[in-house]
Amino acid sequence: MSTLTMALTSRRARRAVWHLVCLGLLAALLYPVAWLVGMSFKPAEEIVSSLSILPKQIIGSNYAEAFQGSSGISIWRFFANSVIVAGGCVAGNLLSCSLAAYAFAKLRFRLRGPLFAFMIATIMLPYHVMLIPQYTIFQKLGLVDTFIPLILPKFLATDAFFVFLIVQFMRGLPRDLSDAARIDGCGPVRAFRSVILPLSRPALVTTAIFTFIWTWNDFLMQLIYLNDPGKYTLPLALRLYVDQTSESSYGPMFAMSVLTLVPIVLFFFAFQRLLVEGVATTGLNG
Amino acid sequence: MSRYRHDERPAIAYLFLSPWVAGALLLTIGPMLASLYLSFTDYDLFTTPAWVGLDNYRRMLTEDDRFLASVWVTLRYVLISTPLKLAAALGVALLLNRASRVQGAYRSAFYAPSLLGTSVAVALVWRAIFDRQGVVERTFAALGIETGGWTTNPRLALIVLVLLAVWQFGAPMVIFLAGLKQIPPELYDASAVDGAGWWRTFRSVTLPMLSPVILFNLVLETIHAFQSFTPAYIVSNGRGGPSDSTLFYTLYLYQRGFTEFRMGYASAMAWLLLAVIAVVTALVFRTARLWVFYSGEEPR
Repeated sequence: MSTLTMALTSRRARRAVWHLVCLGLLAALLYPVAWLVGMSFKPAEEIVSSLSILPKQIIGSNYAEAFQGSSGISIWRFFANSVIVAGGCVAGNLLSCSLAAYAFAKLRFRLRGPLFAFMIATIMLPYHVMLIPQYTIFQKLGLVDTFIPLILPKFLATDAFFVFLIVQFMRGLPRDLSDAARIDGCGPVRAFRSVILPLSRPALVTTAIFTFIWTWNDFLMQLIYLNDPGKYTLPLALRLYVDQTSESSYGPMFAMSVLTLVPIVLFFFAFQRLLVEGVATTGLNG
Repeated sequence: MSRYRHDERPAIAYLFLSPWVAGALLLTIGPMLASLYLSFTDYDLFTTPAWVGLDNYRRMLTEDDRFLASVWVTLRYVLISTPLKLAAALGVALLLNRASRVQGAYRSAFYAPSLLGTSVAVALVWRAIFDRQGVVERTFAALGIETGGWTTNPRLALIVLVLLAVWQFGAPMVIFLAGLKQIPPELYDASAVDGAGWWRTFRSVTLPMLSPVILFNLVLETIHAFQSFTPAYIVSNGRGGPSDSTLFYTLYLYQRGFTEFRMGYASAMAWLLLAVIAVVTALVFRTARLWVFYSGEEPR
């Protein structure tokens, strides 16, 4: 009896230690984020002087100033621009990647093998080898300083990773379902629309969320293609603060940083299981 | 055979594939070949490219000190940040790999920095924390160590970026955790029967069984690290300083191409990057034969 209780208490103790270690590590890991949130509520003179997260007095003026935007442009404009770009990319990836994935996963055609191999190879390709000619093309077409160079490629399934993700998912769908559709006289188009696409919802949702978050965070593409401050997305607007190194601009900069992270945090809480499963099963990477 | 009648109409397959084919031709293969051509030219975006042969490559490798600095910075960044990130990922995956109702919650929480870390906002936080007046500098100063600000000290600035990369160990950690769950429990039972301790079990069971996943993460993270851009741009104000100590290869490519409009030179840099990534990946796969263990039952 006593050995049993001893074993139980030692198990309980070990579990408590495990929780403590996990929570301790998490606290250290998330400290920078907590620090950012704390700073965004602090007055300017307190920001540099204190190491603690909690402000002595909470002020909202940083946010008030952040909401005024910069260079005479409202923050809502930057926000709207980011939403347009991210929304367009999500729509493009969902449409083009699911179409291509269906062909690779469910249809037979002579070049399927080599084209699929090529598609996989492009996942590993550094974007920089396409960057300059793509820029030249869009520049010649007069499309620099519009959202088209950021969105249009997604409608042409250039994010091969998501094609791969959806292919993997569609291949896992039971064969009898598409067979049943076929026996009912469905052609490939109807089978895609009414059977395969609805069943692929988890893969499509994963694609949509990751596309949104990546586009929301993306910096290089937006930096290259958008020059007019009226077209700036949130990351570009945030960068404006980088040039103003005076300490008085720290507060609004942190407030705006928090605001740009809010959609990602919301998506994270809403879809954390799908996100983590997406990473675990396909090796998607941030 | 007749069951697959509908699938045998290739025209429909190519119809489904047409957006992807257009993208592959117009945005991937075409631009790749174009940038290969441009890499042998002088091109400023506004005049016709002028053929210069291998001159861009020659200047890069023999005359351009900033180029060589950027190669050196990037190699150090890749070689330091990737192993540290994978070690942190494996460590936390081992820690989390036990039956618990809250394991999923912990896994999500540790993963969160991977989603946030590539943003400009978090790079700005890093910049502020390691600034001359930042938290880290003040802590060190309180201990009597003066560093002159991590982001402004050429010997420390790269460490700031390495720490930011390691902070995002969540994605490989999730992949490691999935790999750990695939290891058959019988192997651990057998190891326990043999009287093996924790370390022995780790060396003889966990590591070999996990080695394909380690290879996967290593390749992915290495390719990723070579292309890192945003943190260096934000932390160094787009300059790669101090004294080019954070001049990532991609940042220098960006400066050459898009602030100096030397697009031929930048194209040559892009192709060299592709070549280096290809060689490094091939080398990793080569060495993989020595340390990656594929068991018969687990083809993954």
